Order: sequence, then structure tokens, then C-alpha cells
Amino acid sequence: MIERSPVFDAVSYLLMAIGLLLVLLPFWVVFIGATLNLQEVGQVPLQLWPSGHLLENLQAAWTRAELGPKLVNSLIVSIGVTVGKIVIASLSAFSIVFFHYRARMFFFWMIFITLMLPLEVRIVPTYAIAANALAPLQSILDVTGLTGLVQQLSGVQLALNWNLLNTYEGMILPLIATATGTFLYRQFFMTVPDELVEASKMDGSGPMQFFVDVLIPLSRSNMLALATIMFVYSWNQYLWPLLVTTDREHFGTVVMQLKALVPAQNGTPDWNVTMAGALIIMLPPLLVVAFMQRWFVRGLITRDK
Amino acid sequence: MERRAYYRNKTLPWLLIAPQLLLVFVFFYWPTAQALYWAVTLEQPWGGGNAFVGFDNFMLLFADSRYWATVFRSGIYAVLATGLSMAGALTLALFADRQLKGTRLFQSVYIWPYAIAAPAAGVAFRFMFSPQAGLVGMINQVWPGIWDPSVIGWQALLMVIVCHAWLGIGYNFVFFLAALQMIPRTISEAGAMDGARPLQRMLDLQLPLIAPTTFFLLIINLISSFTDSFGLIDTMTEGGPVGATELMVYKIYFDGFKGLDYSGAAAQSIVLMVLVIALTFIQFKWVERRIHYT
Repeated sequence: MIERSPVFDAVSYLLMAIGLLLVLLPFWVVFIGATLNLQEVGQVPLQLWPSGHLLENLQAAWTRAELGPKLVNSLIVSIGVTVGKIVIASLSAFSIVFFHYRARMFFFWMIFITLMLPLEVRIVPTYAIAANALAPLQSILDVTGLTGLVQQLSGVQLALNWNLLNTYEGMILPLIATATGTFLYRQFFMTVPDELVEASKMDGSGPMQFFVDVLIPLSRSNMLALATIMFVYSWNQYLWPLLVTTDREHFGTVVMQLKALVPAQNGTPDWNVTMAGALIIMLPPLLVVAFMQRWFVRGLITRDK
Repeated sequence: MERRAYYRNKTLPWLLIAPQLLLVFVFFYWPTAQALYWAVTLEQPWGGGNAFVGFDNFMLLFADSRYWATVFRSGIYAVLATGLSMAGALTLALFADRQLKGTRLFQSVYIWPYAIAAPAAGVAFRFMFSPQAGLVGMINQVWPGIWDPSVIGWQALLMVIVCHAWLGIGYNFVFFLAALQMIPRTISEAGAMDGARPLQRMLDLQLPLIAPTTFFLLIINLISSFTDSFGLIDTMTEGGPVGATELMVYKIYFDGFKGLDYSGAAAQSIVLMVLVIALTFIQFKWVERRIHYT
């Protein structure tokens, strides 16, 4: 603070407090709503202090939306995506930064351009790919005439098929490719001094040993930053899992269950159960963000700049 | 920056980058190419593959007044959601940057909305804005029937916009605050010596100095409001009432998966893609030129 300005300080506190209320209000409403009973939740105006029905509402939401198995699915998918992204991003950044070969800039741009192709703009064809992930290969074989060749030689009609619908692979793989993660690692790798590479070469270690023994330990904080962002990102996925899983019972994630928890237009308005469900579903990423804030903020800022 | 020390290896770098390239090719470039293909062809009703139809799908799309309504609506949505979210986050960041006692507590809470899944926020806001429930619905006690987003279109759109803006506050706040904290303290001190009061310094020093960040966020927010609205629309309104909240992404999903009109959906995807690419391009053009004062 530069000068004393008690009035302006008071105004600052006031504005920050109003902001706090506005930001917190939805969280508070979800929490309060989850503690009320059916009669209380229907009251106008809504009571803004907790009541004593949290546990029964949580239980009702848990059984109604089958949150147990869905939580397991959500965990599998988000851990799979997070780990996958970190592995893929660090390996590609390593390849781009520490090796000298002509195609690397081209590869870098190929990864970079995917930023302009968010899932939402290519959902329909991506779905078609998920139905048969080998379709691109098949088409290439068809066009180059290899399919016909194989058929003539062996009499076998080549029909490659790898269906990703209703599989964990299908929910994870399309989300793993990561331009932002690759940048984050690339930016960090570029700050690694040349002397480290030279020293490690002099000690006789190869590139992979350098990667495992030097780069990975050095980039630990980077990894945490990326992991927090990506966990939140993948836990909160909605559109993609909705498309690739027709078998909701076995492969649905918790976020997909929210809609099922909303009271029907003319049904019982038991918003208390809805809010209890929402509370369970939003808690894991919220905890990650609240406790990993330092890493998370750093990752967020360095990846996009 | 060029490195002096490299590893030399013919195959290893290719192997290392191969998994990423494979994923990018199969799940990004191939579907994009497919979308382009579908957009200029039409599936034959009696089978026999797709016939090339040139720009017919686009012509059909552009002649459809309902599509233009969707585009227009998406534009309003993008501008309002972006404006609301950024203005809110900027105000919070300007005051949080003053580092008064206890600011850290405020800061951590302001980031929370980033953690929330759009459908979760959607459900919460739907309850808050429900005409029967007791928050915004209170207004109906005074003027019965004045608030009902399930019937009145603009209210439904407003509800979704407010929710989108709320979700974006955390992200925008983090960036604004980081940009503000990068401003050298000496500049603010010099301003104070010249007699500028805190509010004046905010408007005349800090705002211009964080212009690059503001611009970056503007583009990111616009792109996200054009592309990220699905989770909200689907849980809050499903495009209703009577299409009042049908945005571009939702229409692509609806026409493609419910209507099974792949060519029409593909043409719409291409339009959205062009929009995203144009916005990204503007960003790079401007970042090159740098609206920078430091």
C-alpha cells in the first residue's frame, strides 16, 4: 500500500465482500439446499441457514443417481486422462526441445493448431471415429490399393474395426492429446540450461536416462500444475462422455448424472436431493483447486501465455 | 531460443512424439477432414455413398432464418457472458491487488468457480432461478408470474448467460490478478507522487498496463462462450423455451445426433470452426503487434 486512504480501503473491503457473496452464493445455495427437507426447500423465500437433513439427502441422491459406480467411472476417466496427458505432453515436448531434426517445427505446429479445433466443433465426425478408431487407417489402405492387394494375395477382406463406444479407452483417448500441456512442458524444458545436457552427456547417459533422471525430477512442480488443471478439466467433461457412452449404467460418469437429478416438470420438486447430488459431484475438483491452489494458478498462467 | 546442446538420434525423437501425433491425427485432423467432406457432400437417400454437392449445404444453411437467429443469439450470448464475467473478475482483481489485510482469503474463494463442472453450476442456477423456489422466485410473490424462465425466452437466455459468466470468473480473476501484480510498484508510487488517488491510478495506470491480458482474455472468453455452452444449455433449458436458448453448439449436436442430418451439422461445424480460427487469428495478429506500454 502506498498511501493511507481509509475511506477507499473501506470501499475496497465492501466491494470485495460483495464479490465474495456473489461468488459464494451458488455454493451456499447448493449446500443449504442439500440440508433442507422437501417442505423447507419449497419455501419462499428460501431459508439461508442450514437445516438437519444433509445425510438423508446425500443418501437419497447417492441411490437415485447410483453415484457409487459413477464416481468410480469418473475417477478412472479423470485419472486416465490426467496421467495420459502428462506422459504424452512431456514426451512430445522432450522430443521437440532436446532433439534436432527437421520435422520438429512441423510437428509442433501440428499439435499447436489443434487448439483451434475444440471438441465442440467436430463432435459429429469425432463420434464416427470413436465408433471405429481404425477407420482412418482403413481409408488409407483402401485409397492406396493395399486392401485390394491383400485380398488378391490372401483372399482375406481387410476390414479393420476398433469400436471405442462404451469403453474407457473411448472416454479417455480422444481427450488425451494436449497442445496446452505440450506448451507448458516445452516452455519449462527451454529453460533447462545447456550445461545440464552437456554434463549428462559427459557422464555417458543417453537421452532417455537424461529424461528420467534429470528432467522428470526437475519438472515436478510443472507436473503438479498440469495435473491439477487436467484433473479438473477431465472430471468436468460432459459432452464427450455423453456421446461415447450409450450404456450409461456401466460407463456413465457423475457429471452426466446431474440432469437425471433435476426434478421433472410436474414431479415432486425435491431440489434438496438435487442439491445434495450436485454437492457430491462438485466436491472432488473443488477440493483439488482449493488445496492445490498454488500449483494450479501457476499452471494456468504459464500454459496460456 | 535455440539450444546448443542436443541429442542426436535418428528414430528416438519420432518415437517419442508418435503417440501424440497419432492421437492428434485420429481425433483432430481426421474428424476435421471428415467434417469438411460431409459439408460439401450429401448422403444419398437410397444408399450409394455421398454425392458431391458443392456449397449447397452452406447455401441451405444460410438461407435458413432459424439458423441466423441461432447465430445472432450466440453472438449476444458471447458478448454478454464475456462482458459480465470479465468486468466482474477485473473489479475483483483491481481491489484484491491492493493487498489489504485478509485479501488472500478473498483471492482463494474467487478462484473456486473454475473448479465447477458446467452441468453442476447449471443445476444449481436452475434451482436459484426457478420461479417456484425461493430465491429469484421471490419476485413472483410481489408480481405473480413475472419471472418464469421455462416460459419466457429472454429470461431463460439471461439465466444461462449469468451462469456462464459466473463460471468464468475464477479463470479471469487469476489472469487479471497476475497481470496486475506484474506492474512494477515504482510506477504506482510515481503516480501517487504526482497526486493520483488510488481510483485514478486504477483507471489511468493499471487498466492500460494490463491491456494485453485483457485482450487475451477477451478472445479466450469469446471462444469459450461460442463453444463451451453445451453443458449449461443441456442441463438448464435444452434449447427451450421454443428455441430461445438454442445456441450454435447445441444446434450442431441436435441436428447431428437427434436429426441425423450429418451434412447440415457438418456445415454448421465448419462455420463455427471458421469463427474460432478467425478469433484465434486476430489474437495472434494483435499479440504480434503487442498492445504493450511497458
